[in-house]
Amino acid sequence: MNGGWIPACKADDVGAEDVIRFDHAGRTFAIYRTADDKYYATDGLCTHEKVHLARGFVTDSIIECPKHNGRFDFTTGEAKGAPACVNLKTYPVKIESGQVFLQLD
Amino acid sequence: MTTPNTKRDYSLIGPETKRAHERGLVSAQWHESPIPRPRLKELMRRKDGPAIRHTLLWFALIIGSGVTAALTWGTWWCVPALFVYGTLYGSTSDSRWHECGHRTAFKTVWMNDVVYYIASFMVLREATAWRWNHTRHHTDTLIVGRDLEIAVPRPPSLFMVCSKFFALPSGLRELAKIIRHCLGRLNAVEKDYIPESEQRRVFIEARVYAAIYAATIACAVATRSFLPLMLVGLPSFYGAWLVVLFGLTQHAGLAEDVLDHRLNCRTVYMNPISRYLYWNMNYHVEHHMFPLVPYHALPALHEALKADMPPAYRSLWDAYREIIPALLRQAKDSTYYVKRPLPAGAAVQGGVA
Repeated sequence: MNGGWIPACKADDVGAEDVIRFDHAGRTFAIYRTADDKYYATDGLCTHEKVHLARGFVTDSIIECPKHNGRFDFTTGEAKGAPACVNLKTYPVKIESGQVFLQLD
Repeated sequence: MTTPNTKRDYSLIGPETKRAHERGLVSAQWHESPIPRPRLKELMRRKDGPAIRHTLLWFALIIGSGVTAALTWGTWWCVPALFVYGTLYGSTSDSRWHECGHRTAFKTVWMNDVVYYIASFMVLREATAWRWNHTRHHTDTLIVGRDLEIAVPRPPSLFMVCSKFFALPSGLRELAKIIRHCLGRLNAVEKDYIPESEQRRVFIEARVYAAIYAATIACAVATRSFLPLMLVGLPSFYGAWLVVLFGLTQHAGLAEDVLDHRLNCRTVYMNPISRYLYWNMNYHVEHHMFPLVPYHALPALHEALKADMPPAYRSLWDAYREIIPALLRQAKDSTYYVKRPLPAGAAVQGGVA
């Protein structure tokens, strides 16, 4: 095996300070790119009401859920207050040859 | 089967709740009008400037009218002063509560939270309990058995609709809830929508509200004057008329149990003063469809989505020309609702009215 690293998307597929959805093996993830071109990944659904975070809003290191404005720090997964009360699971990310890889558990 | 005289169960733990689950109306996928992602990102972008300016003016107007009321207390001049003060306190606090509850008004999170707590007290809503209540309203807008913010249940009681203009009986219910929460008790409905981790916060806030009311009553007794009560507490009732006048336009008379905000929300054009007082909540379809967009960007969002929307109402009067006859008809026929026209070729998402 390759250490659980899965190719997710091209690095350019994610706009600066934005997020996209990545589905793999029946699971859904959110891949983030910060304004200074760092990449992160979390579970794709908000822990509050299972809404896809990829339709949300990224500011600095915060992803805001599009439905109820629940906020998470996507670099740590920390829920930043109601209605987001349960942390998001995060995943290691690496960039190789312009490709984003996620390490799944 | 729904018949013209059927009274539906609007509680969150009754048969309609089960029915909403069975019909796939709970936490469902709602229609979203198309908008390019880069444009949506622009519109979602937060700013502190507009809300700081608008909030400073709001506080200045409240303090100015309150001081005028106090200085003219005992004369007829205090009547217009209290009218202005009460309306600002009891009505315009609703839109500040709403926008700051979504944490979109200000870019700076703590500013949203400070204004949210102040506005929650003014509009007589417990901050945490109502945050969760409103969250549910956004998940299941006008889904019977799921949404506690359905302002006019069918068939409407016209007496109850009129009494809303003085926050009755809702305000009295809120006071009863505060007392119950002070005692550390939640009812079954509240346990359904307030997570356990947040319940302690509800009890603390209720005790803070109760302490403020007790201090105000003590002040009134000590000074042998109603003035303290006219400035704190009672404006939530005598100043509630405007929030009801604006707020009824949001959903009253429209379809229940549909998964398309274009069919169960109204966008109503208003003059700049009303839009300031209401913080652009008159763009209600757009707000429900994209709640991450701050109030100051809603007019631009409206323009961006217009082609996929039913026509907006030209004025408050235009909206009420529809709402009043609709409520009168619903009082006799609870199955009646206003069908909003969708643009030609527009897709309708799920649900049955």
